[in-house]
Amino acid sequence: MPEINLLEAIRQGLDEMMAQDDRIFIFGEDVGRRGGVFRVTEGLIDKYGPLRVLDSPLAESVIVGACIGAAMNDTRPIAEIQFADFIAPAFNQIVQEAARIHYRSNGDWSVPMVIRAPYGGGIHGALYHSQSIEAFFAHVPGLKVVAPATPYDAKGLLKSAIEDNNPVLFLEHKKTYRLIKGQVPEHDYRVPIGPAEIKRPGEDLSVFAYGLMIHYCLEAAQSLAASGVSVEVVDLRTLRPLDVPTILASSRRTGKVLIVHEDNLTGGFGGEIAALIAEHAFEYLDAPIVRLGGPDVPAMPFARSLEDAFMPNPQKIIEAMRRLAAY
Amino acid sequence: MTVSIADLVPGASESGGDLSAATLREMFRFMLLARVLDERMWLLNRAGKAPFVISCQGHEAAQVGAAFALTRGKDFTLPYYRGLATVLVMGMTPTEVMLGLFARATDPSSGGRQMPAHYSHRRLKIITQSSPVGTQIAHAAGVGLAERIKGGDAVVWTSFGEGTTSQGDFHEGINLAAVQQLPVIFQCENNEYAISVPQKQQMAVTSVADRGPAYGIPGISVDGTDLLSVYEVTRRAVERARRGDGSTLIEARVVRLTAHSSDDNDRTYRSQRELKSMRLSDPLARFAAYLHDQDMLSEAEERDLRAEIGAEVDAATEAAEQAPMPDPETLHNYVYAL
Ligand SMILES: Cc1ncc(C[n+]2csc(CCOP(=O)(O)OP(=O)(O)O)c2C)c(N)n1
Ligand SMILES: [Mg+2]
Repeated sequence: MPEINLLEAIRQGLDEMMAQDDRIFIFGEDVGRRGGVFRVTEGLIDKYGPLRVLDSPLAESVIVGACIGAAMNDTRPIAEIQFADFIAPAFNQIVQEAARIHYRSNGDWSVPMVIRAPYGGGIHGALYHSQSIEAFFAHVPGLKVVAPATPYDAKGLLKSAIEDNNPVLFLEHKKTYRLIKGQVPEHDYRVPIGPAEIKRPGEDLSVFAYGLMIHYCLEAAQSLAASGVSVEVVDLRTLRPLDVPTILASSRRTGKVLIVHEDNLTGGFGGEIAALIAEHAFEYLDAPIVRLGGPDVPAMPFARSLEDAFMPNPQKIIEAMRRLAAY
Repeated sequence: MTVSIADLVPGASESGGDLSAATLREMFRFMLLARVLDERMWLLNRAGKAPFVISCQGHEAAQVGAAFALTRGKDFTLPYYRGLATVLVMGMTPTEVMLGLFARATDPSSGGRQMPAHYSHRRLKIITQSSPVGTQIAHAAGVGLAERIKGGDAVVWTSFGEGTTSQGDFHEGINLAAVQQLPVIFQCENNEYAISVPQKQQMAVTSVADRGPAYGIPGISVDGTDLLSVYEVTRRAVERARRGDGSTLIEARVVRLTAHSSDDNDRTYRSQRELKSMRLSDPLARFAAYLHDQDMLSEAEERDLRAEIGAEVDAATEAAEQAPMPDPETLHNYVYAL
């Protein structure tokens, strides 16, 4: 099996799906000749032409809004939001329109589309090129929210997202694009939307995370293993619909829970996971549920020292794991 | 620029262009049906049977004229909440409209989930509407984009009020359609008010159509109480779109003959004089007079038609009132598509 990075896995996923289904098209800023600012769509315009890999005007609301209309006219649009930080102008279209159209038409219309959005920090992107946006959208029924951590999952989940008959927000952590490499089979496969995956089994405590944080958690778990602490790392992969059974089963098994995300702590997605565990697995817990998240400041600053202070990292995670294991 | 049919087709206002007398009578029938249905909805509202009504009264000529230029079953419409006459022409029945008013389970727009007048009907290619104004303008551009990708020749028609042109989606949607020369017709039904806010506090131009050239597409202002002018202007826009030459922005100048909705009282912001004088611009009376003038409709025929439509609306009201409410068990249905 060839080893590729996460960005290449996404590009392969797009390419293979577009080759099979000519209803699929990509619409976003700079996706055409330039191949996207991260080069995810590089080369696709040559293969599929400028109509199916189409540069949009610099206008996020209509990037999503037009894809909604196109999805209702029997195509399968893939919208690219250049940076997740700029998704706010499309919030109305995503939340009020894409997520509600199937429900509000009593099942008559549906919106099969993917919104790809590079998110996350630790890449010197400052306030407006570092944001995590998942909590805003994971709140919304009717929308699916996916956040893969590995090339294998990214490609398999992307294909599932394109085939899904619902709007899917597909979150790609920018720092994982080239940093994270992994084996990806040559054959056609899918990773279903929904199920979480235990990336590392363990007995003493459960850690729930997604995206880049999975890799930091795995690193932390590895280093704690030397001191005899066995950590289970659960990759949620999909935030909506959430794999509640896997979360509860792991929590019941280990009795201790740490939730890690880069997004601001307050109102972050970790709060929902904590609430679910408190509600349904309270009697199994041996310690308070711990959340490790970004601090409650408006966004990630630029200066290296400030960025480091904002980002959760393996060291901070190790400390949180240690304290929890010792509780 | 305001155009009338006489500018476009010499002699057209006398002859009704290329439309046969039968077609003109059918157009009148739809205008009257929309009016009678609309008036009935207000009665039901005042009788406490319908919590919310929003009207198309005064917009009928603009809507019927435009919809007759479209091909039913082929072209897409994304009509805003005043689009009762639009959806009737596109094939929605009075009973279906009443099912929406009463929020019944079989309401084709939403199964009773949405407020009335949020029209949708997939078989008729009427695309579902929401309440945040202007979002459909972006969708319309996208429907046109998909049509281009598929290589089809359906035309997309959407409507909205002049207040809605202040929304970002108006700009973004029209700009995309213009840049990509998409087969989309944008009809602004300018009734000079957004609830209580007059047009001059909404825009510094006198006509919404002035904005067309700024996007690189034709902007045409038409008397929206003149059915034949609207038909002719829209017919040309449809031809242009189907040929692949792109979009048109049409401003249909209309009157809003009612308050904004059943929850509004327009006497608080419109003068008595205005409330009286706007009646003189009633498009229904205007078209009836034209048909009488042309000997295409006699007083007796109009009376018979009113009686027939009255009975149709009675039957629709009764059928819808008797239809079952949505089962509470269905609350969770259709959150996600399968
Ligand atoms: C985004 C948004 N803001 C506010 C409203 C409340 N609202 C509903 S209709 C309306 C006025 C719309 O005026 P216009 O576009 O001129 O259409 P008209 O009702 O006059 O036909 C307002 C403010 C809304 N529905 N959506
Ligand atoms: Mg208005």
